[in-house]
Amino acid sequence: MTAEIIVVTSGKGGVGKTTTSASLATGLAMAGKKVAVIDFDVGLRNLDLIMGCERRVVYDFVNVVHGEATLKQSLIKDKRHENLFVLAASQTRDKDALTQEGVEKVLDGLSEDGFDYVVCDSPAGIEKGAHLAMYFADHAVVVVNPEVSSVRDSDRILGLLASKTRRAERGEKPITQHLLLTRYNPARVAIGEMLSVKDVEEILGISVVGVIPESENVLTASNNGIPVIVDANSLAGQAYSDTVARILGEERPLRFIDVPKKGFLQRVFGG
Amino acid sequence: MGILDFLKRKGEPTANVARERLRIIVAQERSNRGAPDYLPMMRSELLEVIKKYVHVDIEAISIKLEQDSGHEILELSVALPDGKAPVKSDTAAG
Repeated sequence: MTAEIIVVTSGKGGVGKTTTSASLATGLAMAGKKVAVIDFDVGLRNLDLIMGCERRVVYDFVNVVHGEATLKQSLIKDKRHENLFVLAASQTRDKDALTQEGVEKVLDGLSEDGFDYVVCDSPAGIEKGAHLAMYFADHAVVVVNPEVSSVRDSDRILGLLASKTRRAERGEKPITQHLLLTRYNPARVAIGEMLSVKDVEEILGISVVGVIPESENVLTASNNGIPVIVDANSLAGQAYSDTVARILGEERPLRFIDVPKKGFLQRVFGG
Repeated sequence: MGILDFLKRKGEPTANVARERLRIIVAQERSNRGAPDYLPMMRSELLEVIKKYVHVDIEAISIKLEQDSGHEILELSVALPDGKAPVKSDTAAG
């Protein structure tokens, strides 16, 4: 039994990769899967904060790669879900701390330990860390904002996923590509200020697996160190739940892509 | 849209501009992306075809992919040897 490897990537920074990795991993765990989520951003560790386990990091990804700690010692068990584990990035400034062989060893180790899914949180850019995060992937979640530079960068990433990964090099079945549109603001789309779901799908030639509405709850969730998907009352949390279900093969209609209907007072005074 | 929204509203409907700019740049970058991968192979395959008819070597073939005001031009030039001698029939048939 081998673990399914999912890379969460985007090219551009600040579009919601880590937020997505945290919610995707948590959502898969909530669906009963055994999940590890790995921070590939060596030198800029952040997933631990979003997952709320920053004070429990003892050993990190680079320690495992270098044989300074075992996988078991380094995996941090989630407080809420017993089948969810975090592997933190190292804070070293050595960019060559990760190697392809080292990453492969860790991923193989997770497979042997019976993990169903490994979520790889890619750093921004297209340098070594981003390359290693995507290289072994079976699935990719490409996070994109409805904004020109993000859309352009994600097209670049889609090209790399199709050519610079192990599956591509070996001529195997290509990586399954999922496009996730985040920070979506239906009100601004309605008045023509923001690219729509359809615009982004047409430009990139791929349909979305989910649309996450821009939401205050995302900041609240990161402030608290609780992945937003856990907040079942928030629209972003619900949209992430739908997305995880679709990745697991369920069909669900897109929600929160239209302007919510307003009451009379809201119509008069806005808000 | 509420009265306050109307008063607060500053933005222009610029999504169309973004969409058109992206369409062009994404198409252009995709075409550049493909080029280095297939050009060398295409060049050697073309050489094999041309060799069936005339004796040329690989340096006689040049392939360029150029961008020209929204168009892409694939330019192929073959310098034929003097006399344009056809190859012998046994190799041509093979």
